[in-house]
Amino acid sequence: MTTAPATAAGWQFRKPSVIPGFGLALGFSLAYLTLIILIPLSGLAWRSAALGWSDFWAIAADPRVLKSLQLSFGASLVAAAVNVVFGTVVAWVLVRYRFPGRRILDAMVDLPFALPTAVAGIALTTLYAPRGWIGALLMPLGIKVAYTPLGVVIALIFIGLPFVVRTVQPVMEEIDKEVEEAAATLGASRFQTITRILLPGLAPAIVTGFALAFARAVGEYGSVIFIAGNLPFKTEISPLLIVIKLEEYNYAGATAIAAVMLLISFAMLLVINLLQSWSRKRYG
Amino acid sequence: MADVAIAPLLAFKSQAASPISEKPVARFVLMAIAFVFMAVFLLLPLIIVFDQAFSKGLEHFVKTLGEPDTLSAVRLTLTVAAISVPLNLVFGVAAAWAIAKFEFKGKAFLITLIDLPFSVSPVISGLVYVLLFGAGSALGPWLKSHGIEILFAVPGIALATIFVTFPFVARELIPLMQDQGTGDEEAALSLGASGWQTFWYVTLPNIRWGLLYGVLLCNARAMGEFGAVSVVSGHIRGLTNTMPLHVEILYNEYNAAGAFAVASLLAALALVTLVLKTLLEMRYGDNIAASRGH
Repeated sequence: MTTAPATAAGWQFRKPSVIPGFGLALGFSLAYLTLIILIPLSGLAWRSAALGWSDFWAIAADPRVLKSLQLSFGASLVAAAVNVVFGTVVAWVLVRYRFPGRRILDAMVDLPFALPTAVAGIALTTLYAPRGWIGALLMPLGIKVAYTPLGVVIALIFIGLPFVVRTVQPVMEEIDKEVEEAAATLGASRFQTITRILLPGLAPAIVTGFALAFARAVGEYGSVIFIAGNLPFKTEISPLLIVIKLEEYNYAGATAIAAVMLLISFAMLLVINLLQSWSRKRYG
Repeated sequence: MADVAIAPLLAFKSQAASPISEKPVARFVLMAIAFVFMAVFLLLPLIIVFDQAFSKGLEHFVKTLGEPDTLSAVRLTLTVAAISVPLNLVFGVAAAWAIAKFEFKGKAFLITLIDLPFSVSPVISGLVYVLLFGAGSALGPWLKSHGIEILFAVPGIALATIFVTFPFVARELIPLMQDQGTGDEEAALSLGASGWQTFWYVTLPNIRWGLLYGVLLCNARAMGEFGAVSVVSGHIRGLTNTMPLHVEILYNEYNAAGAFAVASLLAALALVTLVLKTLLEMRYGDNIAASRGH
């Protein structure tokens, strides 16, 4: 057990405490974290660094890879945007309205968390296939969903919905009703109260929900590959391309695509974090 | 669906117009949007799983589930969950103990690292182990010469599953234990309890529902994981096929009814998970961090 000297002056790793087990708990956690997460992930970083800039660039700038990145990030943006709109409405209905079956509806929001992605994938494909329940309805309208980029978006909407609802919902529950009453007393219409008073307060939560749904969607594999049809240059997502490269024993190719994906996602999350702290300062 | 359709109408009666509520029309439209969206995106996929599972009759359903390949997939999925969930449980408790009960430098960074697997694509989670243990790695040839199989075998599948489900228990326990503070433990210690006694008799009872909640979510993901496992498994029928992978194989063999039969087991697991989760939130909501908006 490590016990830091309780001197007031100087650097202290931890504050003194009578509770035992710090060394054991932290030591075990760090060892486990290092073995399971840090060493394997740094292996990926090391292998992509070992590729060298020109090889790395050659793989990343390959038109097929670029197309897949475009699809993965583009479809994820669209799906997250759709989820922000509908997820906020669902959260509002769950928080503000009382109706029979509300508890069931609330529990159902978490279905995409609980349902294995492969199951979601084949279910959505069967629904949206040209002769499926929904596909057959859309067919006369000339809308094809399965085996098109639209199918990718549909799968990503399914996957991302709970992230938005579960981020926005608790913040909505905390809203102080007095603020709305004040707005109403001062003559604001309900629409004005919602758009000028409530939504700005919810903005940070909505942005967070968007970011989480987006981050999850970019890496999503199981639910997408069935409905996408996986045509190179058309409906091939980046995670699938990694799998294809691995199946060809092209470890360098798989590593480079993975590194690019991780870099772009981390950069986007950073931007969204900055946006969030900005909106918190402005509206918080 | 019928009760859902009339639900908005019932809502009008019980809630009189109020200055801080929407007009009945607006309310009806919002509820209709929410119901239709949820029905199309969440309910229909669930219904079609069971519909398709029995599309070729009960006999075909039972036959698929009785096949040796299906049974071995079920066995492997249970084995992998039995390895990965307890390990992540021990880690979650240890990490939450260190983070919630003590103040130390770099805590926020440690929490970020624990969350890391959530922001990594499942495919990449599998890839990192292929790079670590595969033929092209430094370890690969050594493992091969010693006859140790990790990739395309149970250890690799378990490792990938542990990676993907890594944060679940810790994420649930950290905010819960932070809220509970250290008062109870300090009291127990001052009354002469040992460290382990304090943990077993004071801390563990305090966190048991939250722990169960975290384990429930961890288990659901462990049994359902597809991308990460797919990369490290090698898809050997009857040997390294988990249930989600078996669903894929059957589906790609144009045996849709068979694929949905196996999928219906996983969907049933998801439903059980959701019901238990909801019950935990209703009964022990105060003792679960996630349901208190953390």
